[in-house]
Amino acid sequence: MSANSRQHKDAPLLEVKNLETAFSIDGTYYNAVDNVSFRVKPRQIVGIVGESGCGKSVMSLSVMKLLPKGIGQIRNGEIIFDGIHLEKMTDSEINNIRGKDIAMIFQEPMTSLNPVFSIGFQLQEVLFNHMKISKKEARLKSIALLKSVGISRPEKIVDEYPHQLSGGMRQRVMIAIAIACQPKLLIADEPTTALDVTVQAQILELLKEIQEVNDMSVILITHDLGVVAEMCDEVIVMYAGKIAERTDVDSLFHNPKHPYTQLLMGAIPKMDEEVEKLSTIKGIVPSLKNMPKTGCKFAARCPKAMPDCLTVTPQLAENEAGHEVACLLYETSHPKQEVNA
Amino acid sequence: MMSTEHNNTAVLKKDKSSNEVLLEVKNLKTYYPIKGGILRKTVAVVKAVDDISFEIKKGETLGLVGESGCGKSTAGRTILRLLEPTDGQIIFDGQDITNVRGTSLRKIRQDFQMVFQDPYASLNPTMMVGHLVSEPIRNYNSKSEKELKPEVMDLLAKVGLPEDAYYKYPHEFSGGQRQRIGIARALALRPKLIIADEPVSALDVSVQSQVLNLLKELQDEFDLTFLFIAHDLSVVKHMSDRIGVMYLGGLVEVAEKDSLYAEPLHPYTQALISAIPEPDPRKKKERIILEGDVPSPIDPPKGCTFHPRCAHAMPECQSVKPHLKEVKPGHRVACHLYK
Repeated sequence: MSANSRQHKDAPLLEVKNLETAFSIDGTYYNAVDNVSFRVKPRQIVGIVGESGCGKSVMSLSVMKLLPKGIGQIRNGEIIFDGIHLEKMTDSEINNIRGKDIAMIFQEPMTSLNPVFSIGFQLQEVLFNHMKISKKEARLKSIALLKSVGISRPEKIVDEYPHQLSGGMRQRVMIAIAIACQPKLLIADEPTTALDVTVQAQILELLKEIQEVNDMSVILITHDLGVVAEMCDEVIVMYAGKIAERTDVDSLFHNPKHPYTQLLMGAIPKMDEEVEKLSTIKGIVPSLKNMPKTGCKFAARCPKAMPDCLTVTPQLAENEAGHEVACLLYETSHPKQEVNA
Repeated sequence: MMSTEHNNTAVLKKDKSSNEVLLEVKNLKTYYPIKGGILRKTVAVVKAVDDISFEIKKGETLGLVGESGCGKSTAGRTILRLLEPTDGQIIFDGQDITNVRGTSLRKIRQDFQMVFQDPYASLNPTMMVGHLVSEPIRNYNSKSEKELKPEVMDLLAKVGLPEDAYYKYPHEFSGGQRQRIGIARALALRPKLIIADEPVSALDVSVQSQVLNLLKELQDEFDLTFLFIAHDLSVVKHMSDRIGVMYLGGLVEVAEKDSLYAEPLHPYTQALISAIPEPDPRKKKERIILEGDVPSPIDPPKGCTFHPRCAHAMPECQSVKPHLKEVKPGHRVACHLYK
């Protein structure tokens, strides 16, 4: 589609460089996403994990340029999708990409569908926006799409309204809308959080199947490490607007390096292990306004924090091949002495 | 891998849950009427809880799991008599409380308390924390807030809140801290039974583990008996001694937690356990994907309510409702596969 499209196979589909997104609180801007860089390769599923308030959703909204106007702002950095700079685009230009090449599904299937329009209408809306297609074709295509996401009786459902469907079915409809134009990148923001486990299993299986059939890349945002282990190739762990660790899924679970990741792993009860006490992280994620100005943002909660952690900001650096971590423990020349003991 | 220390605590725990039954629920039913028409006549009933029976021993934690709409919260609320049971019996500490009313019900209520799911909605935003925590005590005696302050301070310390929390308001706390306030309130009257309804599902993982650890500590310290209601099976397993699995208003399986997880018998329990995403990419487990959604409890399927989604359904399942039967010591299941 563009002249400088992907040149060779391994070139990233999406590249985010030094992204800074800020929100204005009482007239002052605070960085919710702070100097974040990552890549998504074609056909890769990249997971972004972290607790609430760590900036994972804001980052995806920045990529889609869906930040609330006047409050949120991309202040710095580049977002390069398939060779095009999204951050420089105007609203109408990005409208041609949004929904077509990059699609998004949200957490709440209850609120992300419009209750006053039929399922078919909402599916056809996307098709009309991005394709030259007749009404009849659009209807047939939307029935086919509903069928492809595993909805039985699609000919009937196409004329029904969101309130007539269950949560799992609504999320299937959302996925049908998202894949209508065969996007290259799908951003799924907590797609199964509002669903029951058995329905979650259905939806995750569907997402994986669609990803393979359509050759899509997926950014999967979630707080559930189980979902990450199941779905992702690569994982980015975020804390307080920054990337704490980035690696492939196997080393994240079997060789976590950042103290935050390690604690997070110990905090979840496991099905096949019996522990009397779960590991905890003292305190909570600091709010945007109370973010520490210098040093590592996790230092105050970190059991391994050293004096330098309060003053020196750790940089994301490769520690082992393909395994990046932002922690002074892995940078030499810092005296190892615990302060939060 | 188990250390000796670990073994000791396990033994200690066993001793604590005596054989004395604290709560017994017999054939409990809670139906919600649906009214319609001009005369507001009952046109249908939602069978939210349909004939469940179980017991909880003193010092034990019974977990209730199930997906949304399975009736686990309704069951909890009916046991506390916050909802009127349609039929059945609730026996608490040897006393039938199914039909107790007025002052006697008020008196009994001291002994069982509830911890709610949403720490943002369950605390009155205009009340100071000290006031909130002393409220249950003031409800039952005429002591002034001042007299109660040392006791309240003690409770706040027990649940891990700082001293100055006494003079603060709920909005000044994070979700995890609010849940601690809710727990302090539940503890204030030194109850025998605490029903915790999804106490951690609104919290982040790191905070969730803090609250779970706290509940376990308090159980040991105050000799509490828990009915722990949640949808997250790994959380329920961590907390409970025994677990009951609910589906569409009925109890389909009850067992010791290890027995339930090692060898789930009911096809629904098997599917539920297999659906949990395992936080380990090296473990690829055989997944049982259930077709379709949970049917409406207004018009549940005849026979076994799970049969339309069950891979092992037999002709019998469509007509005959299975009842809970003990198939192994301490392991009960409601399924025709086990005769």
